[in-house]
Amino acid sequence: MIPLSWYLILSAGLFSIGLFGVLSRRNAVAILLGVELMLNAVNVNLVAFWRYGDLAQMAGQVFAIIVFAVAAAEVAVGLALIISVYRRRNTVVANDIDLMKW
Amino acid sequence: MTAQQIIFLVVGFVTLGSALMVVTSHNLIHAALWLVSTLFGVAIIYTLLNAGFLAVVQVVVYIGAIAILFIFAVMLTRKDMRDQSPQLNKNWWVGALLAVVTFGGLFFLLQSWSGFSRTAADLPSGFDAIGRLGEALVSPDAFVLPFEVASVLLMAALVGAVYLAFNRK
Amino acid sequence: MTTETLIWLIPLPPVLAFFLIVLFTNKNKALSHSVAVGAALLSWLGSMIVFFRALGVEHLGQHPFESSIPWIPTGDTWLRIGVLIDPLSAAVLFFVAWTVLMIFIYSIGYHNYGQPAGDHDHMGLPPHGATVHGHTVPSIEPMYSRFFAFIGLFAFGMFTLVVSDNLLTLFVGWEIMGLCSYLLIGFWYAKESARNAAVKAFMTTRIGDVFMLLGIAFLYSATGTLSFREIFREEVLHTLATVPSGVLGLSAAGLIALLLFIGTIGKSAQWPLHVWLPDAMEGPTPVSAMIHAATMVSAGVYAVIRMFPLLSLDPKTMTFVAFIGAFTALFAATIAVAQNDIKRVLAYSTISQLGFMIAALGIGAYVAAVFHLITHAFFKALLFLGSGSVIHGMEHGVYHTGNHKVDPQDMFNMGGLRRKMPITFWTFLIGGFALSGFPIITAGFWSKDEILADAFVNGHTAVFATLAIAAFMTAFYTMRQITLTFLGESRTKEAEHAQETHWTMTAPLVVLSFFAVTYGWVGIPEHFPVLGGLVPNWFHEFVGGTLAEMPEVLEFSIVPLLTSLGVALGGLFFGWLAYRNVKSVADDKLQIGVLKNKWYFDEAYDFLFIKSAYWFSETFVSKWMDKGVIDGILHVFGRVTDFLGSLIRNYFDVPVVNRFFGDGSAEVVQWTGKNLRPIQTGRIQQYLMLALVVFIVIGVALYYLLLA
Repeated sequence: MIPLSWYLILSAGLFSIGLFGVLSRRNAVAILLGVELMLNAVNVNLVAFWRYGDLAQMAGQVFAIIVFAVAAAEVAVGLALIISVYRRRNTVVANDIDLMKW
Repeated sequence: MTAQQIIFLVVGFVTLGSALMVVTSHNLIHAALWLVSTLFGVAIIYTLLNAGFLAVVQVVVYIGAIAILFIFAVMLTRKDMRDQSPQLNKNWWVGALLAVVTFGGLFFLLQSWSGFSRTAADLPSGFDAIGRLGEALVSPDAFVLPFEVASVLLMAALVGAVYLAFNRK
Repeated sequence: MTTETLIWLIPLPPVLAFFLIVLFTNKNKALSHSVAVGAALLSWLGSMIVFFRALGVEHLGQHPFESSIPWIPTGDTWLRIGVLIDPLSAAVLFFVAWTVLMIFIYSIGYHNYGQPAGDHDHMGLPPHGATVHGHTVPSIEPMYSRFFAFIGLFAFGMFTLVVSDNLLTLFVGWEIMGLCSYLLIGFWYAKESARNAAVKAFMTTRIGDVFMLLGIAFLYSATGTLSFREIFREEVLHTLATVPSGVLGLSAAGLIALLLFIGTIGKSAQWPLHVWLPDAMEGPTPVSAMIHAATMVSAGVYAVIRMFPLLSLDPKTMTFVAFIGAFTALFAATIAVAQNDIKRVLAYSTISQLGFMIAALGIGAYVAAVFHLITHAFFKALLFLGSGSVIHGMEHGVYHTGNHKVDPQDMFNMGGLRRKMPITFWTFLIGGFALSGFPIITAGFWSKDEILADAFVNGHTAVFATLAIAAFMTAFYTMRQITLTFLGESRTKEAEHAQETHWTMTAPLVVLSFFAVTYGWVGIPEHFPVLGGLVPNWFHEFVGGTLAEMPEVLEFSIVPLLTSLGVALGGLFFGWLAYRNVKSVADDKLQIGVLKNKWYFDEAYDFLFIKSAYWFSETFVSKWMDKGVIDGILHVFGRVTDFLGSLIRNYFDVPVVNRFFGDGSAEVVQWTGKNLRPIQTGRIQQYLMLALVVFIVIGVALYYLLLA
């Protein structure tokens, strides 16, 4: 059958790709896309551990559901922020939003 | 190679490939659509892991709501239809390097763990995963509190998002 | 109440009066003088009771009234202090009580009690007169109560001295009187002359007091006691007489007596420490009477009389004492003839008469010296109080005419006052005659004659001759004084308008003149022609009993009697003759410079001692030692510290602490900040990258750390 290691490698890969997106993309929305990827990787990890661990413990799935909720909330607020910033500064380039610099 | 393994490999490749496309795609709409594909792939992974409910929730919530939201956001923040500016920032190679290092580090840490190549236990007969999940979510000895807090969180996010994006004109 | 208790209580009322006046009744003049006079009255009463009881005791000399208490513990024994009334102190107590009381009462009138406050009177200046209905009248002394407080303290000092049975409390009384003389001579402290006179008096007597203290210390170390009864025991006296002291070839007794005598030279204004007494006339007249007649100078003589048993052991000391006494008697008399101030004449007269007493002691005439001490106290107090009355009368005249340039104390401004001030005249005359030694009816005759007789009969011819000449001059200048002041016609308008003084001033004069006349009659010598033997010589019997051996009765000799009659009457006659027609100072032929200027002794002392003392303190000590050496050392310290300070500042503080550590650390921080600043770009992707890098680094480090 499928060993756990495959799921773990998958989620690690997904996570790293998401990380790359967060660190390297110019567009703010694209950064959020990368964040989504990372969250999904985490979820996969959680469910895999549930399946390959103690099945009676529903904590894995519950945690995954909570992550869903949090991700959704985060996306909503994040995009609202980006839209608000875009309205003000007419840009969604992350590097241009540097008002908090020294 | 069992059927499951093959399915897994295919789905895995698709997911990873779509993810790569998400982060390298020039056109943001394309990136959002590739995200949809990735999310689908993840949903199938859930199914493979006998977490059917989660798979459905993934499709409905992530694809149905979040991905759509992304598309809306991309539309609302576009200056002109043809965006020719590069999509990767100046130090993208540092990001790439870090991603590779992270992957390598994670792999290294995981493979030194004893349970790395564990195989799945069989589901006991009559294992009502959804029922158990439902119980876990509302049982006071279990996770009703995080559940309720999550709902409060969602409401807060809702109010916050509305407020932030409110057009005062 | 036992006599001993009473004796203890005698000095008490005046000192209580002092404290009461100073603390409570200062503002109320009537209450103050009542407290003071009441206290004097109480002491007088106590003294009279003790005196009369003492008279009744058989052989008082062997069984005196005595009482003592242990005072200072000295190892195994105690130094005792106490009271002693033997015949000497009983007789002295008598005259002290009377004269003190009279002077207290006199002071009420003298300081113009009942008169209004002056127009521009200040505390510290003599009163200047008040204007009432357009006339100037005498004004009351502004510091009225203070005066009574001070003389109360003075009386306390004298009584303590007289009743004490040991040298310690005698010295205490001595010093209290020294203090009071300073306070009272400088009573009008706003006058510079009064201030200077007070300091001069105190300083001069102090010189004497130092030697006296040395004597007391020597006596204590030699005998282990200061009590008279114990010192004058046979064994003690014998030891002291035979042990040589190592100084000037004197025996211990001689040296002690000499040192104690030097104290008397100061206190009784003998040559060479006589300079303070004439200047002490700056004080109010009752003070002059008190200090220079009744009490203070008498205390000096009393001290020598008391120590007579010790003094008589060494002939060298006796000779010295006799010399000083006789010399001073003549010396002061020569100065008195050229003085114009009424009080100055009396001052030099006092010095001279004290010389008589000291000379008497020097030749061993114990009883004569005591006799003259007592009679002199009465008539000199009388004369001083009388002069004060005269001055008051003259001031009346000055207020009347308004001419304040006229000195009311200058005899050449007086004249004819016998008509204006009769009581003062007659009492002054009695006093003056007593001083001159007018025969039979004045006390001064009896006492002076006895001294001369003693000198002649015992072969001290030099002393006899000196004292005789001095007696002649005494009579001369006294008659000069009386003539210029009272007889003849008024020389100035002020004298014309003089007035007799208040009864509080004239009544004491009358009382004292009574004693000046009658006191002589208690000491009529046994072998005196006609009168001798009629009345027993009570005085000789009584006072002579003080000594261990009753002094022998003198055999009679006509020479001293004739001499004293001659000098007294002759002096009086020539004095009257020379001055009855003198109209002004220019007519006075005796205004010889050297006499007027007191043989230039003040100038000599100023040159020899005062200037050198000033040089020592101003130049040597103040300028060279204090400012030069001590301040110099401090300045060196200052400069060294300054130098070190600047060294530390410029070579350590500024370069190391300020620049290196202070500014340096600031620069480091600033440099770090400036260089770290660019990290904060505001770009979240860069923040995330940085966080991740750090996370990975720490993770790897921890991994390998935990693994190891």
